[in-house]
Order: sequence, then C-alpha cells, then structure tokens
Amino acid sequence: MADTAHPHLITGAEIVIRCLEQEKVKFVFGYPGGAVLHIYDAIYKQGHFKHILVRHEQAAVHAADAFSRATGEVGVALVTSGPGATNAITGIATAYMDSIPLVVISGQVPVPAIGLDAFQEVDMVGVTRPCVKHNFLVKDVKDIAETMKKAFHIAKTGRPGPVVVDIPKDITAHLAEFIYPATVEMRSYNPVTKGHSGQIKKAVKLMMEAKRPMLYTGGGVVLGNAAEALVKLAKALNVPVTNTLMGLGGYPSTDKQFVGMLGMHGTYEANMAMQECDVLLAVGARFDDRVIGNPEHFFSKHRTIIHVDIDPSSISKRVKVDVPIVGDVKSVLAEMNELVAAEKPQQSPALKAWWAQIDAWRSKLCLSYDNSNGLIKPQYVIEKLWEVTKGEAYVTSDVGQHQMWAAQYYKFDQPRRWINSGGLGTMGVGLPYAMGCQFADPTAQVACVTGEGSIQMNIQELSTCKQYHLPIKVILLNNRYLGMVRQWQEFFYENRYSESYMDSLPDFVKLAESYGHVGMRIEKPEDVEGALKEAFDMKSRFVFMDFVTDQKENVFPMIAAGKGLTEMILAEDL
Amino acid sequence: MRHIISLLMENEAGALSRVAGLFSARGYNIESLTVAPTEDPTLSRMTIVTSGSDDVIEQIIKQLNKLIDVVKVLDLNDGKFIERELMLVKVKATGAFREEMKRMCDIFRGRIIDVADGTFTIELTGSGHKLDAFIESLDKAAILETVRTGASGIGRGDRILKV
Repeated sequence: MADTAHPHLITGAEIVIRCLEQEKVKFVFGYPGGAVLHIYDAIYKQGHFKHILVRHEQAAVHAADAFSRATGEVGVALVTSGPGATNAITGIATAYMDSIPLVVISGQVPVPAIGLDAFQEVDMVGVTRPCVKHNFLVKDVKDIAETMKKAFHIAKTGRPGPVVVDIPKDITAHLAEFIYPATVEMRSYNPVTKGHSGQIKKAVKLMMEAKRPMLYTGGGVVLGNAAEALVKLAKALNVPVTNTLMGLGGYPSTDKQFVGMLGMHGTYEANMAMQECDVLLAVGARFDDRVIGNPEHFFSKHRTIIHVDIDPSSISKRVKVDVPIVGDVKSVLAEMNELVAAEKPQQSPALKAWWAQIDAWRSKLCLSYDNSNGLIKPQYVIEKLWEVTKGEAYVTSDVGQHQMWAAQYYKFDQPRRWINSGGLGTMGVGLPYAMGCQFADPTAQVACVTGEGSIQMNIQELSTCKQYHLPIKVILLNNRYLGMVRQWQEFFYENRYSESYMDSLPDFVKLAESYGHVGMRIEKPEDVEGALKEAFDMKSRFVFMDFVTDQKENVFPMIAAGKGLTEMILAEDL
Repeated sequence: MRHIISLLMENEAGALSRVAGLFSARGYNIESLTVAPTEDPTLSRMTIVTSGSDDVIEQIIKQLNKLIDVVKVLDLNDGKFIERELMLVKVKATGAFREEMKRMCDIFRGRIIDVADGTFTIELTGSGHKLDAFIESLDKAAILETVRTGASGIGRGDRILKV
C-alpha cells in the first residue's frame, strides 16, 4: 500500500518481498499464519518468485534445504510465529548439521507484545540459537533490508548454514524507504577463502612422496562445487578416493579409483585403506564418529594427515592433523592441481603395490548379498533403480537402513544428486527433499528412497505433491520394521525387538491413490525392474512404489559403535 | 589448565547468550565471565576464565571466533598479562571484630566502603588468589555476604586487543 504523501515508502512486508527479489529467489517454501499475514498479502501482489504451500512447516524448511542442496542457491522458507516457528526447528537443525545455506523468515508477535507470553509467541532467536549459523530479530522496519542482505551473505559464505530472520508483525506493517545495500561489510565476519600457499606446497609434496596415499572427501567438496577439481587432482596423483555419506557424488562412483563410501557402513576397501594409508588428504570432511569410529583405534596406525576445510574449528577437532589448510576447497584444490601439473608425478613402485593391496581388499566383494530366497532384497531394488534411471536421478532418502543401501548401491557420478540428512539423521526428510529437488529441476527424475517408518513422518506432503503435480517416485523399502533399530537390537540386544515393529501400516497404494497419485505394490523380485521402468515412464505422475522387502536383511559392512574402523562385521562373517 | 580468554564482540542484544550458549552446548567450563561495553559503545569486552586441555582451549578459541558477533578473541595465557577481580565483602563488625576487620582490611590493602552499626563492607581488588586468601584469613562466622565480579584481564605492555 503506497503512502501518497511519501510515495517512496513501502511496508516492511513489501520490503521483505523486494529483498527476496533482489536476491533472485525463485521459490519460497512456506505456510501462512497470523504473524506473517502482511507478508503473505505482499506475496499475493508480487510476481517475482513462486510460493510453495507445504502441509507442515518442517517440510517447508526441508524442501528449501533440498532446493539448496540440488542447486547450490540459498533456500528460503517462511513460517509464522510460535508453533510455525517451532515446527521449523527440525528442518533448521538438519540444515545446520549439513552446512546448507538457508534463510528462514519467521513471523513474530508485535514488538510491544514480545515477552508477554502473547498468543503464538516463542523466543525464536533463543530457540534456534544452537542450531543456526546466525539469527536476527528485526525490531525496526528500517533494518529489514540490511538484515536480509546480511542473512543471505552469512548463509552462503564461509562454511554455509541456515540463518533465521525473525520479524515481528507490526514491523511488517510499518513504512520505510527500500534501500538494498549492494554489499555488506561486517567487521566480525570475514571468512577465509584462500588457503596458505606454504601449507598447500607442503601438502602436495607429501602426497607425491607418499607410499600409500589416500583421498578422503566429504560434503565440503559438494557444497564448495569442487568436484571437478577433485577429480583432476585424484587423476593426476592416481590415488584411491573415498567419500563420506555427505560427500557422495563429489567423486564419480563408477570410476576405478573410487573405493566406495567409508565409515560405519562403508566398504571394506575404503575403511582398510583409510586405516593403512601413510598420507591422508582430507578435503571438506570432518572425521566424525560415524566415519572413523573409535579415534584411539584410528591413531593406532601412524599416518600424516593433511586437512583442508573452510571452517578452522573442523580442523583438529576429533583428530589431530599435521598439515591444516583453512580455505575454500575449490580454490585450495585448484592451487594443488597447478603444483601437481608442474611436477608431473610418476607412478612409483610403492604406489603400484598400494593399488595391488587395495585390489586385494576389493576382492572381498563386501557389498555382495544373497539374492536367492525369493524375497525382494532392498539392495536389489536400489541396483535396479540405478540401472533404470541410468544413474542420473536425484535420489533423496530418509534415515535408516534404506538410506545406507541407497548410499552403497546407487552409484552417484555427479555432485548434488544424493540428497540426505547426514549429520542430524532426520527421519521424514525424504519426501520434502524430493519436492525441493523436483522444483529445482522440474524435468529430472527424482526418487525418494524411504522406509515405512520414515515416510510416515512427513506423509502429509503427498498433498503438496498433488497440488504442484510433482512427478516424484517414492521407492518405499517396506520391511515392516524400523530396520536400523531392529538391526541394532538383533546384534546388541539379543533380538529383543523393542518397539521396532511397524504395526498397523496403511495400505500405501490406496493412500497414494486417495491423493490422486499412482500407487504400486511390488512383492516379487522378478517384478522389480519392470515396475521401476513402468513408474519412471510415467513422466508426469507421482508414483508411490511399495516394495515388500525381506524383513531380516541387514546393512553390511557394519562397525559397531565404539569399535575401530577396521573392526567391521561383514555379511560373509555370519 | 586455567586460561583467561578476552574477546571483543558487537554490543548487541543476545551476544552474551551466544557465548554462554556455546559454552553450555559444547560442555566447556566457565569459571567466571564478565562483560561490559568498551570506550567504543558498539563493542563489548568479555573476559572468560575457563579450563581445559590444550585441545579443548584450541576448540574454544576457534568456536568463539566462529560466532558472528565476536570480533576478536585473545587467549591471554599466550603471553604476559594482568588479571584483577573486585570483591565486596560484608562482615560482622561488632566488639572485637570491629578492630580485627579494620586490620585485616589494611593488610590486604582493601577499603571499607560502608560502615554501619554492626557491619563493614570491604572492597578488595586483586587476583583471584588474593581474594581467596582474604576470605581464608577471615573468621568464617564473621562473613555475612560476599560478591565477586570474576576476573578481568589485559595483556602486559604492547599486547593490545583492539579492533
């Protein structure tokens, strides 16, 4: 609503919209409510971005998060105060743990009501403090534009992360001139980008002189758009490469130098090589508990560790490193590539012997599984999914056994195709993640690999998928168990399956159909491939595929909590 | 080991809770924490007394630097520094206590800043050890109330923490 006496003044709500326009935001995932009504009115009147109405605020943040993971752009979510804001928390914490750039705008009660336990009031800045990169409460309409600029800047620079902007309702009605700053200067925030040249030189020398070199890379390579530079370096040095769960796709899985994912459910060869290498180059990874297992066991072998990360606090946090390099992984890898190219590395006999050792570990075929009992094996479904989608799909997953199988058996050759909650391990992300991917790339194949436990945690989003005609394919690996919980209970709690059986399941086919989607139930191994082909041929339809899988299948290899990296339980051991 | 960490941060609502929240969330010790604006009103200076292994202290410094509102962080233990703490002690000052308190106060170079019929309030500054020593040397029954600010620290000579 333009003020006729001051034609250049617009409302705070309109300023919010203009900021999003300036940031070239394409999608805002949100859910309206009292405190954001002015903003929603301004959305109604604008034509710059599309608002996606989800069915639960958690899904709004997850979808924005996946949009960012798929595109590299900042994801944007909009929620109302109080319960809208608290519903968003799981989404925010999920993005925080995986360093995903988000701006989450939350409504707040009017400034004079703050602190009075007003209707739908919650201290959003207080509640989100431990799970955001930064957050703001805007208390003056004149501060909205600069705060939004800072929010986007902070979210996407340095180690990325979610930023919350909490805006009281009255502020969105107040008038101010819209001035969007071209740049933002913060004396307290100047993330390092370029790595230390001396350290980089030292690292390259170590890698070239190594007898048993190893490259271990994580989500930082994907987030830092450094996949190409990584491949170049790995090829020039001819070293084995492993990826973390978050790093999959950062290095092509079908390449012969790739030894698979490492960690708790990593491959035998990846974990052995990680333990036995003499020089380890870690890039954009953080040696977390699911990756190296018991740190003391990891230290029982000496190796020289080079660690490249944009976040200084990730370096020497769990594992003491010898050559720390703080910097943007893409720029550091590019610098390494220049140095390596100048040196023209030779294939040493030691490196040859190292590859022979790795091939010997590989010959264990640790991911082979028995496919002969007439039941659908979940691993088989993923292998067929990979074939049918030619390895090109966006694959989202929830959390549990199905997540590990997807990570192990879908061979990701490109970054930003494997979309999952690695850090927080949030069940329920799969479907909203698939939505975010499909909005990011409308004609792409998007598969949501899930379990019957996880899918029910955000099942309401079937409705959103209907509204926006999203042709997602849900690959439900239905084993009627909370599979990963059941697996742990089988191994460590003497088969006491406490509360891990999923009883009273809906008829997923009918459920999907009730939303106007296509539902399929697949019960025989011989029907798997045909059903997948049929589903992916329905290019404009949402298909919910309920695969009735072997209930007792477990994820192998497996490292029990607290055990060392090479203390793996293999399928063949049982 | 005990460390004194000094930091400059934006003097903004919520900045203190970010620091306090970081320490509780990551399980770091806080022995004391003091904060007040500096000569530049947009900046606050905080002194945190903490303890931990070298690895933990390194993480604390890194995590503090990561907070967006924190402008500069300095581990005072990396060089020479001075620390001071202020304590106010209210003591019984009746009969024989009255002369005894005055004498103890003088020995520790404290000042009596409030005198009432039955009580003195003594102001004392110094290192934490000195304040501890003063408390130790008083008759426990005479102490009515104590309040301490926690340590403030500053580098010696040309060691300066400034934006």
